[in-house]
Amino acid sequence: MISKDYIILDPHGMHARPATALIKLARQYKSSFSLKKEEKLIQMRSMLNILSIAAKYGDTISVIIEGEDESKAVAAFDYFFNEEMKKF
Amino acid sequence: MKGVGVSPGISIGKAFIINKTEAALTGIALENDHSKSIETEKFNKAVQSAVNEVEAIKRNENLALTKQEIEILDTQIEFLNDPQIKEDVIHKINSENKTANDALIEVFLGVSEMFVSLDDEYLKARTTDIQDAENRILKNLNISVQPVTVEYPENTIIIAEDISPADTIILDINKIKGFATRLGGRTSHAAIIAKAKGIPAVVACGQDLLNIKNDDAIILDGSSGDIILNPDLKTIEEYKIKQTGINEELSLLKSLKDIPVQTIDGHKIDLFANISGDDDLEKVFENGGEGVGLFRTELLFLGRNSFPSEEEQFQFYKKVAIKSNNKPVIVRTLDIGGDKQLPYFGIPHENNPFLGYRAIRICLNQKDIFYVQLKAILRASVFGNLKIMFPMICSVDEVRLAKKCLQEVKQEMEFSGVGFNKNVETGIMVEIPSAALMADILAKEVDFFSIGTNDLCQYTLAIDRMNNKVSSLYSHFNPGLLRLIQNVIQQAHKQNKHVGMCGEMASDPLATLLLLGMGLDEFSMGAASIPGIKKIIIGNSLSGAREICQKVMEMDNSESITNFLLKELNDFERLHNS
Repeated sequence: MISKDYIILDPHGMHARPATALIKLARQYKSSFSLKKEEKLIQMRSMLNILSIAAKYGDTISVIIEGEDESKAVAAFDYFFNEEMKKF
Repeated sequence: MKGVGVSPGISIGKAFIINKTEAALTGIALENDHSKSIETEKFNKAVQSAVNEVEAIKRNENLALTKQEIEILDTQIEFLNDPQIKEDVIHKINSENKTANDALIEVFLGVSEMFVSLDDEYLKARTTDIQDAENRILKNLNISVQPVTVEYPENTIIIAEDISPADTIILDINKIKGFATRLGGRTSHAAIIAKAKGIPAVVACGQDLLNIKNDDAIILDGSSGDIILNPDLKTIEEYKIKQTGINEELSLLKSLKDIPVQTIDGHKIDLFANISGDDDLEKVFENGGEGVGLFRTELLFLGRNSFPSEEEQFQFYKKVAIKSNNKPVIVRTLDIGGDKQLPYFGIPHENNPFLGYRAIRICLNQKDIFYVQLKAILRASVFGNLKIMFPMICSVDEVRLAKKCLQEVKQEMEFSGVGFNKNVETGIMVEIPSAALMADILAKEVDFFSIGTNDLCQYTLAIDRMNNKVSSLYSHFNPGLLRLIQNVIQQAHKQNKHVGMCGEMASDPLATLLLLGMGLDEFSMGAASIPGIKKIIIGNSLSGAREICQKVMEMDNSESITNFLLKELNDFERLHNS
């Protein structure tokens, strides 16, 4: 299991379009993905759940990845949160 | 009546009201497992058909969708397919004996309530997307919730509770001239798409909108948010004139926005904007600005009781760095004093504040203020392409001292392991005649210059332009000033340094060809001026501009220079518009 913290870099927070991209990204891996913000823990399958944690610009969220390809997935998530998130 | 204008432009047309039939609960209780499995099946099929509908819009080549529109449709598909919603609906069918219709309505009601309760304007605006998902599935459960596609008459202005993003995407822009909704917000997807399509739109109009009836004549102003119901002929005429002006401006904007800024003979120019904070950036990019030539940092220091902390400054610069998307941003360090006073930083009365304690002179004397700002800018530098610029430099010692301070801050940050961009470029404002005269010396110390023509002009001509008695003498076409500017550009270029200009002269269309001919690399101005200046740059050649420059430099007074440039500009516009 890998748990990694990211800062939300999109000035509008984790809104619908990045959330969609995030779900699509997670689908490419066999691992299971969860998101955690403060005490709230959700599965990264549901758009509604991702939006409901209301992650704002500058918030820190943890991504928890578990599965055989977790180390491969974490590299893709690094890129997503550090680069892609700025471009929505 | 008035709402929030979210997509600029004026439309004059007839109202077309779209009413939604409220979905109703049936209250039917399912009696056995067989009917439960039928309802579950019906629900799954309805979801699939709803997804297919959106997929069909996505594949429709006639719509020529943008990347952003496709992303929004993908989002709609995710809402429709959401596993949490599916799970909840199927649970209600099986454990609470509800029909698919009732289960769906109840689940979506809960979801909508959850979003509305969130303390976040953006997420509140997502309610529309969620309702669209609900309506689409309900419609496919064979319940008539929305009218089938209708033929809209010409010049239609749609009046609705709200418009779903998918509906906005398929709006026929040949017939639909605008829309107004009772609900919605600036960040709703419908607003984003309306803007991209160029349909004027006003949202969040509230209850007043209910007064409008079908076929009522309406004027919609998508910039101000004004809606005029049954306007008289005089008002219509007024708005028609306004409409022509706005349309011309908008089409100029649109046609120029994505064209690279280069002369006919292929010479590239940086067309940048002056900003005071991250809010200005949207306008900059809309107008085709490719970076920021002057980020004034004073805004954060004004209207408060004490200096902003390092953290506050960091957040302020970071927002700009992120939003600017790796485009260059020149951050000018604090420029207070002169006519800009801070209430909490008392500068004793001076006889000549413009020649007094201001800008870099304060920062180099009270280094604690300077260090905090430099550190905050450096911390933000990892989030974008920030450059640092020192204002009001009159001697080489000041540049060296300012750079030394920057070096000290960098060392301290390195020592404590705080990340920053080690290659941050540094430059100075050239706005004092001595700096312009010794550009050859100063160029050795910096990566770039930015000419501040407002101060340079008033210091060179010794004219206070706020003084009515002498302001008529103020002209940035004074041959003495032009020689100074030319010297700055030539000396910098001898050492391969970049020269920009962020004063008013950079946005003066009369000066564009002259400055281009002098070799200016970067023009920075208020966002609204960009399209006009861009039009001149891309419609002329560098060689032609050089000829103009040569002629101007042979003239001996500002009046003949102004007249000559005016004639050149008129000739260009006549040629360009014919």
